[in-house]
Amino acid sequence: MDGAGASPLLPTRFADWFDQRGWRPRDHQLAMVEKGRAGRNVLLIAPTGGGKTLAGFLPSLIELTQRPTPNSPPGVHTLYISPLKALAVDVERNLMTPIAQMGLKINAESRTGDTGLARRQRQRVKPPDILLTTPEQLALFCAWEGARRYFEDLRCIIIDEVHAIWPSKRGDLLALDIARLSTFAPHCRRVGLSATVDDPDLIRRWLGGAGEVDLVRGAPGAQPVVDVLLSEDRVPWAGHTARHAMPEVYEAIRGARTALVFVNTRFQAEFAFQELWRLNEDNLPIALHHGSLAAEQRRKVEAAMTRGDLRAVVCTSTLDLGIDWGDVDLVIQLASPKGAARMVQRIGRANHRLDEPSHALFVPANRFEMLECQAAREAIAENALDSEPERIGALDVLAQHIMGCACSEPFDLMVLFEEVRRAGPYGGLAWEDFEGVVDFVATGGYALRAYDRYARIVKGLDGLWRVRTAEMALRHRLNIGAIVSPAMLSVRVANGRRATPGRKIGEVEEGYLEVLEPGDTFVFAGRIWRLAGLTGVDVLVTPAPGEDAKMPSWGGSKFALSTFLARRVRAMMSDAHHWQVLPRDVREWLEIQRDRSAIPAEDDMLLETFPRGQRHFLVCYPFEGRLAHTTLAMLLTRRLERLGVGPLGFVCNDYALAVWAIKPMQGVDFAELFDRDMLGDDLESWLAESMMMKGSFKACALISGLIERRSRNDRKSGRQVTFSTDLIYDVLRRHQPDHLLLRCAREDAARGLIDVARLSLMLARIEGRILHVPLEHLSPFSVSVILEIGRQKSPGGAGEMILVEAADQLIAEATA
Amino acid sequence: MKLQGLAARPDGGLSFCLADMEVVCRPSGALWLVDQRALVVADLHFEKGSSYARRGQLLPPYDTRETLDRLEAEIDRLAPRTVVLLGDSFHDAAAEDRLANDDRARLLALAGGRSLVWVQGNHDVTGPTSLLGDVVAYHVVGSLSFVHEPARAPLRWEVAGHLHPCARVRALGSSVRRRCFATDGERIILPAFGSLTGGLNLRDPAFAPLMRQPPLALVLGVDRVHPVGWASLRGD
Repeated sequence: MDGAGASPLLPTRFADWFDQRGWRPRDHQLAMVEKGRAGRNVLLIAPTGGGKTLAGFLPSLIELTQRPTPNSPPGVHTLYISPLKALAVDVERNLMTPIAQMGLKINAESRTGDTGLARRQRQRVKPPDILLTTPEQLALFCAWEGARRYFEDLRCIIIDEVHAIWPSKRGDLLALDIARLSTFAPHCRRVGLSATVDDPDLIRRWLGGAGEVDLVRGAPGAQPVVDVLLSEDRVPWAGHTARHAMPEVYEAIRGARTALVFVNTRFQAEFAFQELWRLNEDNLPIALHHGSLAAEQRRKVEAAMTRGDLRAVVCTSTLDLGIDWGDVDLVIQLASPKGAARMVQRIGRANHRLDEPSHALFVPANRFEMLECQAAREAIAENALDSEPERIGALDVLAQHIMGCACSEPFDLMVLFEEVRRAGPYGGLAWEDFEGVVDFVATGGYALRAYDRYARIVKGLDGLWRVRTAEMALRHRLNIGAIVSPAMLSVRVANGRRATPGRKIGEVEEGYLEVLEPGDTFVFAGRIWRLAGLTGVDVLVTPAPGEDAKMPSWGGSKFALSTFLARRVRAMMSDAHHWQVLPRDVREWLEIQRDRSAIPAEDDMLLETFPRGQRHFLVCYPFEGRLAHTTLAMLLTRRLERLGVGPLGFVCNDYALAVWAIKPMQGVDFAELFDRDMLGDDLESWLAESMMMKGSFKACALISGLIERRSRNDRKSGRQVTFSTDLIYDVLRRHQPDHLLLRCAREDAARGLIDVARLSLMLARIEGRILHVPLEHLSPFSVSVILEIGRQKSPGGAGEMILVEAADQLIAEATA
Repeated sequence: MKLQGLAARPDGGLSFCLADMEVVCRPSGALWLVDQRALVVADLHFEKGSSYARRGQLLPPYDTRETLDRLEAEIDRLAPRTVVLLGDSFHDAAAEDRLANDDRARLLALAGGRSLVWVQGNHDVTGPTSLLGDVVAYHVVGSLSFVHEPARAPLRWEVAGHLHPCARVRALGSSVRRRCFATDGERIILPAFGSLTGGLNLRDPAFAPLMRQPPLALVLGVDRVHPVGWASLRGD
């Protein structure tokens, strides 16, 4: 290839800049410039380290330098959206380098929730040429009066890490706002920047809506080198901690310049951090990073990482995305990867240099995970990744958007409908659904027309809809966003003898510490604490160094094993020739399973029944992930109850589920038990009562604006709590079961929390393919799931049992 | 602590002896005075939904009929001579005017063949003005007095509402939060009966000055009331 100077696409100033730095523009960077000139929408897919961000901005920088001097101050030219606040700020910094070095008169500024008031106000009066912000800030912009004028000069919208945003409610909101911006600025083009994905067409459709999106691919980086830690003869039968492998992990860290140690849960992060420091004879700087730590502490770790002061960070998905750390040369995945695409992104965090391969080490925590890690390694080597289903926009998000539009300016219903349908996820939106959402925004969508006089948006004599009062607009703007986090408690150090709340060390979800009693010790933020008590929104703790600590929350991974990876695991398991990639002890485990019970064929489901203790067990191995298994177990339990075998409980992991009962189950007709009709009435009646539905209803109520998250005078009287969404859910379910929000909650629960689609595919797959093996004893496979018993919390729907138990304790107290 | 004559009844209620009268805590959250045939319910908060709707939060407008459904069901089951509504029957001063016509008709019908006693609360200081029944500051039956807001000191033989007691009960490594009656054996605080009313945890400091000893929670289950001791209760 010739030197950059020869490229006709780059103006001299840009070509010189590349030359001076000794760089040559990459092909995909030039392709992006060409697409920019042609005014095309484009999705760039390139591995990390490929100069992706510069490729995204290059066309805008060129266009801005060639822009004729305008008569009036111009508006925003390029809008950059990042899923992370920190990334927006970081990109601003990185963008300033070429701008300064080329001496360009371009003004680039970030705006996030942390941006100071003065700067925000100035940005509104005098827009920067390039504005870097988050989806939530954009939604806020779009709900301001004057949004249309502010964005009418917009030429380009860049969405970074688009692979991480699009399949979510945040993505729905962003897509709606992009459609709105296109109405304001019809010549504005859209640019998506994405890591490697299985099916780029899904993102192209999301990004373009009705319009076309061209695809530009960066050169693939060097193939990553992935090893699986075999831990010959020491791979445990069950568990999630990988304690057995910690010395090897520590050695791997010692051998690397800087390592990222990814885990799947905060508990695993705390555990691994403790174990590594126990072994840390060299005093290597090893840090901890997860979502519960105080923001300040997380920022400190990130800053130390940027400076190159750390040798390893133990982290959760909080570091899946984000700032480039060139020094990372090893990514360790502790416990199972769960999906191949996520692993590719995590591995991409190492070595942001395209020509050198990234190094990764998978550390399985048990024998099934050994299969899973091998399957993931092979999938990555073949560039085969798991993919997402097509996204259909959520209606609660649409409700928020419509209210935002009304806060910004009066709208015509038909015009807004057409605009919304130009947003990718809402392309198939039906007029009836749209009308239903508008009715919900206006008067709550109730069949009982009680609230017409309290409408939030009203249709004027001019036929346009507008927000009824300025106060309502103000309140809506306070509650914008599609991220609903669970209620959080602050963990604070207790001060003095009266134990007043002191320094904050982090946050935990409500219920996270439920298994602990005051006086118990636990690990948090890498140290050991004693629980002193709970006061309102604070968890008070005192340091308890050297104590043997309990670990709160034993739950497994929040990520479910992907369908794609599960299929590969089943294939590997069914093919004995394939076992040679496994360590000897795991091979022997498979052989014993084959001799004592059975190894199922790839699409069969193995089902074992055996007695144990006073109980009778049913264990099956669908390999469909914990969520789908939990739903299946709930439904099976209901059916077994009706068959009179007296099911007592169940437990699930990513590979298997076990149900135990008073009576033997080998006589049950399993084809009938697993019949697909369980997804009908059984599912509906269980779902209606389940905590999961109430949880997703709450999220929908907050996003749609039925309930306000924040009010202007956020005073809690401490007395009567205003209202709970559970009560609203119950009232609605009895009086208007077809209400919009119940529908939203049901769709969310079915899609995310209980994985109905996956369960349905699985039940279809195993029809006529259930391999039932009655056994005298438990099998090698079943050990992994049987050992989970007692570690998991009692399943939902046990409320009455808890009350009976507590009342029995009282009786025991009274009769003692 | 022990309640005098505490017994579970086949209908799911818990009965005990308060000021020499047999009272039953019903799974609905109502209190039933057996010999006096008096039904007591607290904190109905009628029209809470429309009260929020007025200010832009469009909560479901079904709370009043939902509460009425449950109240009528109790009346049908027990055929009381007297129904005592223990204050905060309406969510705000204008709530009565916002009643839907059919809900208003049902409220008027409640007074048919029995006496209706509206105790004034802090949300409805005047009590209803267009409905049937007596509006009183407090009501007395034998040595029991019925008020909305409990006096702020341990007191014998008082039945009150206002605080919306709720219990978080722990057992089996998990917990549930439910409405409850709270009693120290000498006074009793009723749970809120209204369908959209939240609750205040019994471990909240607001309860401590009211009780002679750590109270017993009589927790509302699906179809029975469970007595739960202080040791099994948790804060939120």
